[in-house]
Amino acid sequence: MGIQLDLIKSIPYFAGLEQVELESIKRHVFEKKAVRGEILVFEGEPADTLFFVIEGVVKVYKTSADGKEQILQIIHPGDSFNDVPVFTGDVSLASAEAMSDVLLCSLKKTDLADVIRENPRVSLNVIRVLSERVQRLVSLVEDLSFRHVTGRVAKVLLEYAGNGTDEKPRLTQQEMAAMIGTAREMVGRALKTLEGEGTIRMERNRVIITDQETLREVAGIT
Amino acid sequence: MLDFPQINAEKCDGCGLCVSVCGCHIISLVNEKATIIPKDHCNGCRQWCTLCEDICPNKAIYCAFEVVIEQKTDAK
Repeated sequence: MGIQLDLIKSIPYFAGLEQVELESIKRHVFEKKAVRGEILVFEGEPADTLFFVIEGVVKVYKTSADGKEQILQIIHPGDSFNDVPVFTGDVSLASAEAMSDVLLCSLKKTDLADVIRENPRVSLNVIRVLSERVQRLVSLVEDLSFRHVTGRVAKVLLEYAGNGTDEKPRLTQQEMAAMIGTAREMVGRALKTLEGEGTIRMERNRVIITDQETLREVAGIT
Repeated sequence: MLDFPQINAEKCDGCGLCVSVCGCHIISLVNEKATIIPKDHCNGCRQWCTLCEDICPNKAIYCAFEVVIEQKTDAK
């Protein structure tokens, strides 16, 4: 099934393209829906499709031999995943799972080569997207290396705090743990510590940030 | 259904551990799958203790938290 042109236009890969170029790309793009918990990409399997998130949120993660999960990136609408192995021709480096019900669009590896050949501007967009990804991964390495667990939890809370206007994904403690490279129990303890310090308040299924300034200090954000 | 834990039936193997820890007694096994069965007048999981998520060996239960910034109202 085809997908609306407006949605394709909103994807950073295809930013700045003319209507006629978008029309030609549209022929190669297909829609896919998935429910929360559905695995979209398996680590180690051949990568033949590039995905873009249109609605919902997807997590990209690695799993250790003993089952520990490390989330590398949360993919929001407009962002892509599985691009690196599609470009390198290797197997998928990480798995991807829907964190909510999602609407995706996909582009086959063979079609992607044609799209880039026919639309050189896409190459520049791809460089920008992949450069931003490197920045994010450097930031993750920095967090894992230099921030203590409570600081990492504080950073995640600030990053995923909704302001009432934009929709932010809800996170389980397991997902927070997998994002910051720790165990679920440590996240529970960090939340209790932050609550004890008066920077957050836990209300059933809500984490309410009560002192944003102090939380930013705990997170090491200046 | 956001006011109840979410269960991924495909991942659930029907071990029943979540049923044993649920303080609200709203999880039951139906056709060997963990299922939320709200009680009468129940507006959702009251405690959000997340024990069911914690104990699930298959990571089939999600107790998600919404993160919000408290809106301060200046008393003038």
